[in-house]
Amino acid sequence: MTDTPAAPKKTPLHARHLAHGARMVSFAGWDMPVEYTGIADEHQAVRTRAGLFDVSHMGEIEIAGQDALAAVQRVSCNDASRLKVGQIHYSGLTTRAGTFVDDLLVYKMADDHFLMVVNASNATKDFAWIKDQIRDVGDAVAVDTSQRYALIALQGPVSLSVLQPLTGIDLSSMKYYWFAPGEVAGVRVTVSRTGYTGEDGFEVFVPPASAERVWNDILEAGSGAGVVPAGLGARDTLRLEAAMRLYGNDIDDTTTVLEADLGWIIGWNKADFLGADVLRRQKAEGIGRKLVGFEMTERGIARHGYDVYVDGRKAGVVTSGTQTPFLKKAIGMAYVPTEAAVLGKELEVDVRGRRLRAVVVPLPFYKRPRS
Amino acid sequence: MYPSDAKYTKDHEWIRISGSEATVGITDYAQKQLGDVVYVDLPEVGKSFVQGEVFGTIESVKAVSELFCPMAGAVVAVNTDLGQHPEQVNSDPHGSWMIKLRVSNPAEAATLLDSAQYSDLVK
Repeated sequence: MTDTPAAPKKTPLHARHLAHGARMVSFAGWDMPVEYTGIADEHQAVRTRAGLFDVSHMGEIEIAGQDALAAVQRVSCNDASRLKVGQIHYSGLTTRAGTFVDDLLVYKMADDHFLMVVNASNATKDFAWIKDQIRDVGDAVAVDTSQRYALIALQGPVSLSVLQPLTGIDLSSMKYYWFAPGEVAGVRVTVSRTGYTGEDGFEVFVPPASAERVWNDILEAGSGAGVVPAGLGARDTLRLEAAMRLYGNDIDDTTTVLEADLGWIIGWNKADFLGADVLRRQKAEGIGRKLVGFEMTERGIARHGYDVYVDGRKAGVVTSGTQTPFLKKAIGMAYVPTEAAVLGKELEVDVRGRRLRAVVVPLPFYKRPRS
Repeated sequence: MYPSDAKYTKDHEWIRISGSEATVGITDYAQKQLGDVVYVDLPEVGKSFVQGEVFGTIESVKAVSELFCPMAGAVVAVNTDLGQHPEQVNSDPHGSWMIKLRVSNPAEAATLLDSAQYSDLVK
């Protein structure tokens, strides 16, 4: 037996990326565009106009049946009983230790049907985990439907005005974190007002065979408004400015939901869910460390994995860090002892052997102007 | 496309030798691989390096890369403009010099690639 790695998977838009001249990288088993014209350009486009992202690599898992809600309530830490049909929330798939199997969006399609959007890198693991955890829930079945959807994200301030002429859905009346079925460019789709950039925008779930048509039509409709294709590189810098956690960097199965400072996604009033005991105890007794945002105050860039020093002692680690194209600052997130997790606290980051000063700042780093 | 008056390393630096002085930067291929350059960390004047030694770092939005000294020598000048305008490395890689060296072993030039060989390397 030879141990050849599987060929990277291609999204239905792969040929478009090559035609746009994208630089492709292997990401979570997929051959994905990291940048087209440059991360800074694309980042700026999303903050000031809009960018179009292929996020078809994301996984979709659906749970259906009379007891679908009970199944979702067990595996996901947020309280899905508060969702109305057509509504979405951010949540965690939690372990018994209150840490993350993954983070996800939960869409309530119907009273007996939920759709979860999960990270590409975790999709296989998540599906196996969910199936296992809901086995005794009753009438609820989990199905990996990732192959049924291409996912296209239009993100940026002009998103609404660009997408509206292509659809009969009244986008302006769609609230943030709601969705609706309909047509875009004559294709049956689901449109949600969601994204991973900190900007207004929409994500469109498209049958794979029609993905190119929707992609091309949105780009064409947006060309006058300066809409450009944007890659995973800009997606990462955008989400970091917006302080959205990235699984594998900022959260994983060693970090609890409270340590990640995501207490707002915990359904405290729910009867039970995986990890509830640990999280309730942490809430009562406090946590030893917490994820904070920081800004470098000395010239240098903190990166994932760099050590953080508090009062001269090694006390934490940088989970995400970069020089951001829009704010033009070196920013990052790090786990630090709770007593150091206060605004204005001075930290030091070991940047390849040099300890450079940083300061704890409020999250998110970037908040879009509300119109 | 790679200027013929310069020599090149397999690590994608260029070096333009003029008498006992030489000017060093990174190639167009290198800047394309890096993407948007946001930070260049260069040594102080007076520091000496051997051939192949790390003389600085360059960071793009995505990654950190080391800069390798193409020939042994002492730094006699540093392009401090790149501190304020690191993006010049992207827009004009072969014009954006990083350091000037007083070369200590001119014979090392024979170990470097010429523009045709370098073009072949990055083809």
